Amino acid sequence: MDNAMTLPRYIFRSALIVLLAMAALAQADMATDSVVQGAQIESADSAIEASAEMSVEEVFAELIAARSTSAKTDTIQKIANSDFPQAQTVLQALQEGELYYTKAKPPVLVFAVNHPDGYSISSALNGEDLGVVGLRDVRKVSINNALRNLLRGLLAEMALRSESVDVRLQAAKNLIRSPAEEYLPAIEKAIANETSDKVLVSLRLAEGMININSDEQTKRLAAIEAFSDTLDSDVMSLLAGMQIQDADGNYQESDEVVRLAAAEVLRDMKAQAQLYKIVENTFFGLSLGSVLLLTAVGLAITFGVMGVINMAHGEMMMLGAYTTYVIQLIMPNYIDYSIIVAIPAAFLVSGLVGIIIERGIIRHLYGRPLETLLATFGVSLILQQAVRSIFSPLNKSVTAPSWLSGSWEINGALSLTYNRLYIIVFSLVVLALLLFVLKKTFVGLQMRAVTQNRAMANSMGIRTGWVDALTFGLGSGIAGIAGVALSQLTNVGPNLGQSYIIDSFMVVVFGGVGNLFGTFFAAMSLGVANKFLEPFAGAVLAKIFVLVFIILFIQWRPRGLFALKGRFVED
Amino acid sequence: MSKFDDVFKQSLIGRLLQSDRAGTWLLGALLALAVLVPFFNLVIPADSFLHLPTYLVVLMGKYLCYALLALALDLIWGYCGILSLGHGAFFALGGYAMGMHLMRQIGDRGVYGNAELPDFMVFLNWTELPWYWYGFDNFFFAMFMVALVPAALAFVFGWLAFRSRVTGVYLSIITQAMTYALLLAFFRNDMGFGGNNGLTDFKDILGFSLQSDGTRNVLFVLSALSVAGAYVLCRAIVSSKYGRVLVAIRDAESRTRFMGYRVEHFKLFVFVVSAMLAGIAGALYVPQVGIINPGEFSPVNSIEIVIWVAVGGRGTLFGAVIGAIVVNYAKTYFTGAFPEVWLFMLGALFVISTLYLPKGIVGVVNQYRERLAVKNSANKPQELSS
Repeated sequence: MDNAMTLPRYIFRSALIVLLAMAALAQADMATDSVVQGAQIESADSAIEASAEMSVEEVFAELIAARSTSAKTDTIQKIANSDFPQAQTVLQALQEGELYYTKAKPPVLVFAVNHPDGYSISSALNGEDLGVVGLRDVRKVSINNALRNLLRGLLAEMALRSESVDVRLQAAKNLIRSPAEEYLPAIEKAIANETSDKVLVSLRLAEGMININSDEQTKRLAAIEAFSDTLDSDVMSLLAGMQIQDADGNYQESDEVVRLAAAEVLRDMKAQAQLYKIVENTFFGLSLGSVLLLTAVGLAITFGVMGVINMAHGEMMMLGAYTTYVIQLIMPNYIDYSIIVAIPAAFLVSGLVGIIIERGIIRHLYGRPLETLLATFGVSLILQQAVRSIFSPLNKSVTAPSWLSGSWEINGALSLTYNRLYIIVFSLVVLALLLFVLKKTFVGLQMRAVTQNRAMANSMGIRTGWVDALTFGLGSGIAGIAGVALSQLTNVGPNLGQSYIIDSFMVVVFGGVGNLFGTFFAAMSLGVANKFLEPFAGAVLAKIFVLVFIILFIQWRPRGLFALKGRFVED
Repeated sequence: MSKFDDVFKQSLIGRLLQSDRAGTWLLGALLALAVLVPFFNLVIPADSFLHLPTYLVVLMGKYLCYALLALALDLIWGYCGILSLGHGAFFALGGYAMGMHLMRQIGDRGVYGNAELPDFMVFLNWTELPWYWYGFDNFFFAMFMVALVPAALAFVFGWLAFRSRVTGVYLSIITQAMTYALLLAFFRNDMGFGGNNGLTDFKDILGFSLQSDGTRNVLFVLSALSVAGAYVLCRAIVSSKYGRVLVAIRDAESRTRFMGYRVEHFKLFVFVVSAMLAGIAGALYVPQVGIINPGEFSPVNSIEIVIWVAVGGRGTLFGAVIGAIVVNYAKTYFTGAFPEVWLFMLGALFVISTLYLPKGIVGVVNQYRERLAVKNSANKPQELSS
């Protein structure tokens, strides 16, 4: 009973004790934590002091005072191994002969840049601008070739030690381009510590480029072995150079074993490079095809669906390109975003102009396709001259947003530029949106109804006139969007449209009028065909071949690849 | 007088022109020009205010070449419904054939003084004449080529296209592709036609200097006579039984085929004739302007020819001649007086002529005359199909 009475109390008490103990422990934990932190900070501080043993100012003073090469070497090593934030810039300046010291007492280490009145100097310690001094007020910290080599190695090593992967990668790549014995220790050290695979590959290559010139056969073979992972063009030309025979039949490379190993690696590399060349050509072809698709898809609507030969289609693209230019003028501080604003803006501008043309001219000419050709050609001349009068006949430059520049480097032989990549994606998105509008929306339904049977659609209560205007506006608006894309690829000028109009017509006719998938397929195949012909025939001849091919193809299938079937074909 | 009248009416040309009053006027005007222009240019002394300056002779000769070209296009477009957007190619090919002959005539008077090779070939370090330049030293061979080369191209192209029943806008677009492909090809230096610069610096033709007034007047008279001759030829074609079939093809191609006519043969013949006329126009054009370059192949030029015909009045033949002269005169005037305005004008001309003048200037005149005729109750309706 007593026990039973005390049990809860016991439990309560023990729980309390546990809680208190935990709290105490937690506090202790925190205390030790802070102690450890403090210790770490202290030890870090002392580490700096221990490694450098001297302050920045003292080391710099030592550098100025050092006269002999060995003294300078010591000091340079000290700077390189220090954690001074100035270390890299100072060593860089020293190597490039831009490091001077003033004749003040005590002398100050400065960076000097040539200036009409002598030198413009800034403090090496903190970058503070110290104004302009005369030629005789400062003296250069002189170095010799031995020191220069030392510095080059140290700088590379420092870059390889950098926190940033990009800096390390760049440093490794620079080493591939300029292999030299003195970098070897730094590279080997870096290989041991490197965590990024990409950098590691480049480092191995750099190591190989140095070892290939070594005297030991095993090292050279190892270097060639290291090359088998890459498609770097420098490496390829190096290996190819080994295989060259002189007039007496002697190979450039005297060591038979090394030469054969190199030949084997080279063969593999060439086969791979060939493969990547095909991939690259296909990619270029697809990106050209995407441009063709963008320029032709609007025409596929106005020409293919409505039967209007819109010769002003090219000028709709031109308007889109000029809209991009104007948007950039309006928002000069947001170039990166201006293109995103420009896409809907160009759609609206070109679409509106298209609707005006449809309501003003084309609606009077339905059923007379050849007459629409003439009238819209007249419109295209007017638009061209209007642009010439407003913006001047000179080409305007449209700045590419930063996220469009650069390239995606897959390996030494294959790198895909972002603007081509984006244009492929963009054209596919535009095509998908267009298909969505035509197939899944009410307006699209009406458009299809009107093109299939105008009279019937009219009697079902569809306002065919407005549907015509909207369809034409849609086609023109898409041409405007194509213009935004073109503004990133070519010059924006009054003749921009004319250079694409014939190609666009070819694509639509080749693919089969009235069939968007046909247009897609035609654009892509013509683009790829063009790019694969170019290496053999040159750009102009390739284009002529493609044109002749289309002319002949039309003889074979007069209605294009994917012709519509049915009664309305023969009208 | 009446006897001469009878003889004239019995003759082929007389019979052709019997019901073609506009044509008679046109031929009369061309013959008058052929006589009067040289008279006012050569006979009237230069200080007289009646004197016609030579540059006007050349300009008018140029217009006549364009008129011939327009006539060629009207023959196929107006009477057979073939809208060629590549007729500039035939014109340019004829011009190149003529240009090649004129280049050979330069001989060793070129900048490099090479008797064997034209200047541009010397410049490109070519050592011998390409095979396709052989024979162009001979005037008659060159003149033969002026007609043959465009005809051959038209034959091959037309044979392929008409046999496969490529019609309407498809045909227009592939003719455009044809001239565009030729444009790109002739821009290449490797083609051996002077590349970008084309052929120029001509000296003389058949030993007569191209700079002399006499030669220029002869060329003008030849142009006028060619237009007149081509007009008679085209009129003969379209008013024959053959021409009736052409019009039938224009208006209902399938029906004509079902009636048993080999539509593609009719089309091919008229297409080849038209290409030859265009080639001759080009050959007359080149010695008068003194240059031929790949720009003549540009698709825009070919579309302009269509505009001349449309403005003048399609399917009338004389309308094409009038259209070519009127539009080109306007072009000369406006590019000189208001260069900014010209393209606006030309563009507006296209739009207005298709919207409001579907039958061109000739249509407007006819409409006016019909109204007059109705007023006079002497009703004689004019047949004009669209």
